[in-house]
Amino acid sequence: MPILEIKNLEVRFPMRGGELIAIRDISFSIDRGERLGIVGESGAGKSVAAFAILRLIGRPGYISGGQILFEGNDLARLSPEQLRQFRGNQITMIFQDPMMTLNPVLTIGTQMIECLQTHRGMGRKQARKVAVEKLRRVAIPSPEARIDQYPHELSGGMRQRVVIAIALLTDPAIIIADEPTTALDVTIQAEIMELLLALCETHQVALILITHDLGVVSEITQRAIVMYAGRIVEEGPTRDIIERARHPYTHGLIDALPERTHPGQRLNQIPGSMPSLVDIPPGCAFHPRCEHVTDLCQTRVPGYTLLDHARVACHWVAAQEQS
Amino acid sequence: MESSNRDRKAKLLEIRDLYKAFPLSNSLLEQLQFKHGRLVRNRESVHAINGVSLDMYPGDALCVVGESGCGKSTVARVVTGLLQPTSGSIVFDNQRIDHLPPKKQLPYRRRMQMIFQNPYASLNPRMTVRQTLEEPVRFHNPGIGNGELKQKVEEVMASVGVDPGWSNRFPHEFSGGQRQRISIARALTVDPELIVADEPISALDVSIQAQVLNLLMEAREQRSLTYLFITHDLAVVEHFGSRVAVMYLGAICELADTATLFDTPRHPYTQALLSAIPRLNRDRPPHIKLKGEIPTPINLPTGCLFQTRCLYADERCRQERPALKELNDGARVACHGVEEDRIE
Repeated sequence: MPILEIKNLEVRFPMRGGELIAIRDISFSIDRGERLGIVGESGAGKSVAAFAILRLIGRPGYISGGQILFEGNDLARLSPEQLRQFRGNQITMIFQDPMMTLNPVLTIGTQMIECLQTHRGMGRKQARKVAVEKLRRVAIPSPEARIDQYPHELSGGMRQRVVIAIALLTDPAIIIADEPTTALDVTIQAEIMELLLALCETHQVALILITHDLGVVSEITQRAIVMYAGRIVEEGPTRDIIERARHPYTHGLIDALPERTHPGQRLNQIPGSMPSLVDIPPGCAFHPRCEHVTDLCQTRVPGYTLLDHARVACHWVAAQEQS
Repeated sequence: MESSNRDRKAKLLEIRDLYKAFPLSNSLLEQLQFKHGRLVRNRESVHAINGVSLDMYPGDALCVVGESGCGKSTVARVVTGLLQPTSGSIVFDNQRIDHLPPKKQLPYRRRMQMIFQNPYASLNPRMTVRQTLEEPVRFHNPGIGNGELKQKVEEVMASVGVDPGWSNRFPHEFSGGQRQRISIARALTVDPELIVADEPISALDVSIQAQVLNLLMEAREQRSLTYLFITHDLAVVEHFGSRVAVMYLGAICELADTATLFDTPRHPYTQALLSAIPRLNRDRPPHIKLKGEIPTPINLPTGCLFQTRCLYADERCRQERPALKELNDGARVACHGVEEDRIE
């Protein structure tokens, strides 16, 4: 029984002379305690998808269709008051840049206590105790002292730990992490990722990890979704996607990594670049860059071919499966 | 083996004992402090580079890696003359260039060109692609005729895959990958020998990174270029570099051939750094955790710069700063522990 189910989600942004469809036909689900990765290059729509789950799409953008079912409640149709029971409470979010996420003029304690007072109705004293406890859990040294510091007094890695502690405050069922380590150095990234992984495992928290880094996805997640030009092009168990990607885009993306080629050899590259959302090619959006392109790809948007535990939106894969 | 065939070749670039400190611009009044009943002037500065020496030979692709704030970009900027070193020297083709007057530096500047990280900021938004590519040629060859200029620019455009149709368009009309291609073309128009590339692919998407990296490798072969390649991405280093210098807090802690460094990292920091790269295959060695965080480059630690985070630090490390020492396979490591055989 999935804890969160997204059905045919679509987000549009009105523009001069028409509407831009940022994501279309996004459907996926996540089980309790599962770790799901959403991978894609910039402009693929992965962050829009994540923001849409929590209805954080800024105006003039809006959710133009689909359902976001959390334990049977459709988040897309709730009033703002009702939504607050879930957003920041049952489902929390970790953003990319911890300096932008934390309020620079409030101590981290104030920000944490505020959250507990709002969502849990706790008194200040008790909230402070819980906050210190959570800071300790994300391995911040001397949390009793740190809690009264301002964000600028902490290093980047420590700040992201604070953000994770805030995301854990309300014991959520799902954490959505949007590029949580992109702004950090590799050694810090490794620590934060290990921490996030351990916390999700011990607390049975489901994690939706949005990233462009296939290495991170490979190490953290159990299942992965690959997005291209606003659509899901492939979904499956992470191991299978990394080792036996079926969609030509996924395959090309993984093959383009330096570790897939001998040092000094020419890298495998995908020609061209991702189309802008204002002029997505007709048919399969990937067809101008694809080596297996046929006439069908240029005219018809591919549906999903279902494989064992996986699905792929590609005419070429569909034809292979039929024969 | 590394030194034997290198000794015969002339060095293209020599960085000697480079230091660069940026004074923190406090006013005189803020600098004054009472200490032991006396008024003292206390000047603070950020010590970005703390004694870097490097040799580069023609055909090298030397990668400088390190985490943010380790001084790798400052090295690139001092080499190209964008910043003045506090002390130390830059020798290019047997000529010390850092203390030359700007006019005399010009011929050397033509021979080393820079590619920057962010192609959105490094191209002039009000210049067309043609103007962008022609400007450096005109600047370095004042008497050049229009026909020759056009020919030069077209030759470079063709070789890096800049479509002739782009000539009269502006940077905002291009994607990040295309812009970086234009920046590379701009660097190549004056036939440089050394390319200093500061994180040239970090701002690009994975599929575009491969395109640009291939382009840089092609240019290296066709034009026998030498690269000083600044990056934080170790996967790229392993693929692209012939030698690697690992920097920490403004100093080099390990310098070795790429294969040697990745097979047998010696310095504890290099070991930790390599263990932290996320990999596709799951059978990588466990992540080595370092203590604490990078200290601020305002107050440097005494002794070894890395000792505050090192798992093997002892009394000597806290007192005495280690020098880069060459090991028998040509790798150079600045670590007392490695020298004393304490660290595997």
